[in-house]
Amino acid sequence: MESLSNRKKVVSNKKMTFMEKLYLPAILGGMWITFKHLFKKHNTLKYPEVKREFAPVYRGQHVLKRDEEGRENCTACGLCAVACPAEAITMTSEERKKGEENLYREEKYASTYEINMLRCIFCGLCEEACPKEAIFLTDRIVPTYFERNDFIYGKDKLVEPVDQRVDISKRQLTGKRPA
Amino acid sequence: MIIKLIIVVALFAITLGIAAYLTLMERKVAAWMQDRIGPDRAGPFGLLQPLADGGKMFFKEDFRPTNADKWLFIIGPGIAMFTSLITGAVIPWGPDLKIAGETIALQVADVNIGILFIMGAVSIGVYGIMIGGWASNNKFALFGAIRASSQMISYELAMGVSVITIVMMTGSLSIRDIVDQQHGFWDNGWFSWNVFKQPICFIVFLITALAECNRAPFDLAECESELIGGYHTEYGAMKLGFFLFAEYVNMFISCAIISALFFGGYNFPGMDNFSGNTLAILGTLVFFAKTFFFVFVFMWIRWTLPRFRYDQLMHIGWKKMIPIALINLLITGVVIAYTEGWFSKNKDNESASNVKMEQPLGVNTSFEKTKTGNSL
Ligand code: SF4
Ligand code: SF4
Repeated sequence: MESLSNRKKVVSNKKMTFMEKLYLPAILGGMWITFKHLFKKHNTLKYPEVKREFAPVYRGQHVLKRDEEGRENCTACGLCAVACPAEAITMTSEERKKGEENLYREEKYASTYEINMLRCIFCGLCEEACPKEAIFLTDRIVPTYFERNDFIYGKDKLVEPVDQRVDISKRQLTGKRPA
Repeated sequence: MIIKLIIVVALFAITLGIAAYLTLMERKVAAWMQDRIGPDRAGPFGLLQPLADGGKMFFKEDFRPTNADKWLFIIGPGIAMFTSLITGAVIPWGPDLKIAGETIALQVADVNIGILFIMGAVSIGVYGIMIGGWASNNKFALFGAIRASSQMISYELAMGVSVITIVMMTGSLSIRDIVDQQHGFWDNGWFSWNVFKQPICFIVFLITALAECNRAPFDLAECESELIGGYHTEYGAMKLGFFLFAEYVNMFISCAIISALFFGGYNFPGMDNFSGNTLAILGTLVFFAKTFFFVFVFMWIRWTLPRFRYDQLMHIGWKKMIPIALINLLITGVVIAYTEGWFSKNKDNESASNVKMEQPLGVNTSFEKTKTGNSL
């Protein structure tokens, strides 16, 4: 029967010829291969000095985006928390007061928003679920800490500062969402 | 006496230093063969890496499992280290050096049974592994130790037979005699190095030497993927360091023996143009160059070949290596007998020389000869 993948191989148990039984030619052949590798270009990047560029689809530390006027996008709808398979996201919501229009885009906003980076599996479902284009995963790596509490990222670490916007344009071009 | 002492201390220090840097070399060679860079953080090109490793070994906790046999646990790595270091004593590192009218042999002891001494010391070496594995009171360690000892015993036979072949050709058990007999490079219309006279013997010896050193593809005693380190599973700190170190010393010494027995030791082409101390120094350098080449070959093999299965190991050892070595021994014996004129009716023909075996044979064979001659 034709196999689906067409990659099936029938194992042959044929008797080895005398040359094959000697082993030595095959061993020398193998050694020739490794010897050629001695002079090949090595692929090592010296990490802390040189960093490899991440693919656009790389899923690293999250960012909570602001809009062009610097207002937080998130409206604390909780869809990301519901979507999260690892239950890493918690938040509390609050109503926007008068005079806070320049801080929050919607009438409701997240007063606290925490992601537990030890729980998070970086699946990106929160980003997928968000109706407000508020949360994105970036190419930043979550560093290590000595204390578990340090891995719980609050708004101070998640929301992008107004003057240091996090560039997610590459991510938006991956075809996941319209630019 | 003083000079001997200096040579002993120097040899000790050099062997240890070389073994330390062999660890770096191994990691570098492995890295290059896998298209990597290898350790390069400690010092320029990672040259201080062995020091860092050694320092780490010293400062680690000296751990001993509760149920381990205390003394045997300590003695194990000691024996391994000791036996691997004493083998260096009988290796002739170079031609004689002359300083202030005194002749200094670059060899700790030119015992006339040098090669026997080495075979003996290597056999004792397995005790270190065996004791270490047994004393750990751990099944993985015991497995490793059992594998190591059965492997060493099986491969020692083939190794011994191939050494006997060389001894038969030289007529002496002293390594210096064996090396001196391979003088120069070309002699009487044939290469003078033993590897060209006894290529099969060389291959058998190389393979068995790999097995004796517990190097891949014969590293069943360690087998980090199945036995998590084998006989040194339970060891840590400097005791582990001793085991690892002993391995590298062993490798260095076996490479030295290979180059002495088969590649002419300190002999090199065109050595007759030099004399005296120049020759001594050049010869020593040549010897070390040959040794390091074989060290590289050992590493090269390790990073090329996968490990043998246990039954394959035994199969190769008993059914391939030993018969090949024995047949080779037999053929060599017949050729020597023929060129010595045993088969000719004419007794005066005894001194007939052969292209390949230019050296007359030693006392042993002539004794045998008279016996056979009488019985004929
Ligand atoms: S990336 Fe996945 S696991 Fe992490 S917070 Fe978002 S939804 Fe949860
Ligand atoms: S990040 Fe998006 S999905 Fe999550 S609460 Fe805010 S608006 Fe809703």
